Amino acid sequence: MTDLFGNLALGFNTVFQFIDWTIPLLGVTIPIPVNILLCLIGALVGTLVGVLPGIGTVATVAMLLPITFGLPPVGALIMLAGIYYGAQYGGSTTSILVNIPGEAGSVVTTLDGHQMAKQGRAGPALAIAAIGSFFAGCVATILIALLGAPLTKFALQFGPAEYFSLMTLGLVFAVVLAKGSVLKAIAMIVFGLLLSMVGSDLETGASRLAFNIPELADGLGFATVAMGVFGFAEIIRNLDAGAEKGRELVQQKVTGLMPTVADLLAAAPAIGRGTMLGSILGILPGGGAVISSFAAYTFEKKISNNPSQFGKGSIKGVAAPESANNAAAQTSFIPLLTLGIPPNAVMALMVGAMTIHGIVPGPQVMQKQPELVWGMIASMWIGNLMLLVINLPLVGIWVQLLRVPYHLLYPCIVIFCAIGIYSVNNAPADVIMAGAFGLVGYWLIKHDFEPAPLLLGMVLGPLMEENLRRAMLISRGDATVFLTRPLSAALLAVSLALLILTFLPMLRKKREEVFVESEN
Amino acid sequence: MTGFNRRTAVATLGALAMLSAVPALAQDYPTRAITIIVPFAAGGPTDVVTRLVSEHMSKTLGQPIVVENVVGAGGTTGATRAARATNDGYTLIMGHVGTHAASVALYPKLAYDPRTDFEPIALINGAAIVVAAKKDLPPKDFKEFVAYLKANEAKLNQAHAGVGAVSYITCELLNGIVGIKPVGVPFQGTGPAMNALVAGQVDYMCDQITNVVPQVNGGTIKAYAVAIPERSASLPDTPTSAEGGLPSYQASAWNALFAPKGTPKAIVEKLNAAAAKALDDEKVIARMKELGNDIPKPEQRKSEALGKLVKDEVEKWGKFLKPVG
Repeated sequence: MTDLFGNLALGFNTVFQFIDWTIPLLGVTIPIPVNILLCLIGALVGTLVGVLPGIGTVATVAMLLPITFGLPPVGALIMLAGIYYGAQYGGSTTSILVNIPGEAGSVVTTLDGHQMAKQGRAGPALAIAAIGSFFAGCVATILIALLGAPLTKFALQFGPAEYFSLMTLGLVFAVVLAKGSVLKAIAMIVFGLLLSMVGSDLETGASRLAFNIPELADGLGFATVAMGVFGFAEIIRNLDAGAEKGRELVQQKVTGLMPTVADLLAAAPAIGRGTMLGSILGILPGGGAVISSFAAYTFEKKISNNPSQFGKGSIKGVAAPESANNAAAQTSFIPLLTLGIPPNAVMALMVGAMTIHGIVPGPQVMQKQPELVWGMIASMWIGNLMLLVINLPLVGIWVQLLRVPYHLLYPCIVIFCAIGIYSVNNAPADVIMAGAFGLVGYWLIKHDFEPAPLLLGMVLGPLMEENLRRAMLISRGDATVFLTRPLSAALLAVSLALLILTFLPMLRKKREEVFVESEN
Repeated sequence: MTGFNRRTAVATLGALAMLSAVPALAQDYPTRAITIIVPFAAGGPTDVVTRLVSEHMSKTLGQPIVVENVVGAGGTTGATRAARATNDGYTLIMGHVGTHAASVALYPKLAYDPRTDFEPIALINGAAIVVAAKKDLPPKDFKEFVAYLKANEAKLNQAHAGVGAVSYITCELLNGIVGIKPVGVPFQGTGPAMNALVAGQVDYMCDQITNVVPQVNGGTIKAYAVAIPERSASLPDTPTSAEGGLPSYQASAWNALFAPKGTPKAIVEKLNAAAAKALDDEKVIARMKELGNDIPKPEQRKSEALGKLVKDEVEKWGKFLKPVG
């Protein structure tokens, strides 16, 4: 324990470091808290990235990487980390306001968040997302400091078989979170899985479903499909006759900006549970963070006394996934800080930032670079506080955005989406593909297919396939490996139980009570 | 908008177009910013090396150097773009062992030939390939390890970072020389592959020294050999492949600067001199060493030497690699 306090003290010392800076021309020297400033810049940029649809964290960090080469390494990493978790805060904004998820983690937030906005409760939805994220961020930061090393051991227990079973569970979540027809939800998941197959075969490098189109050789990007089926499709739908009238209704109905005491009481347990789930799943490299928001939503819906509220603007349906994705974003730093292995693409870029400064992180990074590790951990707590301070006042401004007339707001969204998609790979073909997916998405909406399960299928598809094939390669084709490994078997058992829970009411013809949650 | 404004605008655009169309004279080169295409993601080993060297080169050349990451298809997307770029010396590429050697054997439909579609400028660095294994693999040294590979071929799992990656081609080479065909388990990048090795889910892998050193020092994995002629300063206790009785296993993840075919000789020489100067800079040397990189000796830095290296390497990898897909 004394160690912990000593380490945290070191961390905060690093964050609150002042560097004397002489103002040019004036000759006056003032001390500047460089790391705090960098943390603030990171948090601001992250919020912006999250808010702008299509512009993802990976692309942003990649673009900003060269700038960090001139900064001290600790400051550079504090800033990059800020962008990463800041984006989780911002990602919910567009989900709630215009039904376009800014990040993979905020896809679920569209389900209830946008419904709340339609009911004039965009303010409370945005506020609870920020509050939930802050709470989750604080808890997860403490977890990293306290339990980083033992949690790493847990994460290393996860081999390909366990990952495959976890992804199976993830797909079951996608079925459960569906509002309308279960059959349609399954169809969407399978469609998403199929889309994820486009590209190069992992094992042989053979081109699959790419039809000799070079732009498809590396597969479809998440941003491309998400902006198409959510962003563009939503805009086309809003251009339908009668939509303008519905929107005017939304504008008139805008009520309080902040959540009421009743809202807070309802959301508090959901925030707690979301934080817990997110913290655990976030440790697992690759995919853990994405699954966490879906898992938290499904969990809330399953334990709720009134599951029919979900999908109709339940504040729990916003609080749980938003807390989960932020907790996961924080704990996903654990493998990097304890093993020196980057668990995802953004962290791989951070490792790049470290190597350019001559620090190659490894399992000894905590002993060799304590200032860096603890400075980063301390900065996360401060960063989360800053994000709360940035985001709560912004709620009012975002809600005002809803009052912007359609014919002004939507062209802007289209342009931002297009820029965002283009910036991922600097590829015009991606923008065209997003347009095509917009048409597909419109058809889907018109036929009551939900895009959320499609996206989950697409995100989890490659992880599921890769790990299935890895597990089968390692076991030499013996499929029982999924059942003989205890963790994997447990995960599959949970999946099965959830599926039974989902289908049981249907069999008992009590479907109305649980499943008639579709909005016409 | 009046006609006058439009005419002015057209005239200005025309003048600009003419300005940029004037061929750059080699002795004035460079008069504007130079772009170096890195065919891999920002922050990766090739990117880091490029930024280190280009910073120094831009000081020598007196013009900024922009690093552009063009990713995709194992680096061949960026290499294809560079091969088709204008050969005026303002678009260069940092090629590496994958894009400018192994790709010929891996991708029969490759849109360029690294031997004929580029003007070699200079070899920049080599990163030794290390044969690493999970920490509880029984063999004590490289000799035992090779024997172990032969004896346990059927039950071994070798990790790599995807077909065509450095970790893939260099282990294919090792397996080919030893004469075994273990199960290759693909991962998305070296990070997840290393994670699996640390967790003991796979038995061994071949990777660039930069990624291996911290894990070896931390005791989470063990290194059997470095596949270069002399021991590396970053892993002084790890013998070379020759010391371990397998001298034919030589592999290094090298990076080298190329220009599109037909770039004037004077420009290539100017760039070669700037690159060589950067490699003599103490700061650059120190950074490169920290990352475990070998800096080419003066005779290896000549553009002719790079041309020969590419030819030799294409041949070497051609012997052991099969086309993918």
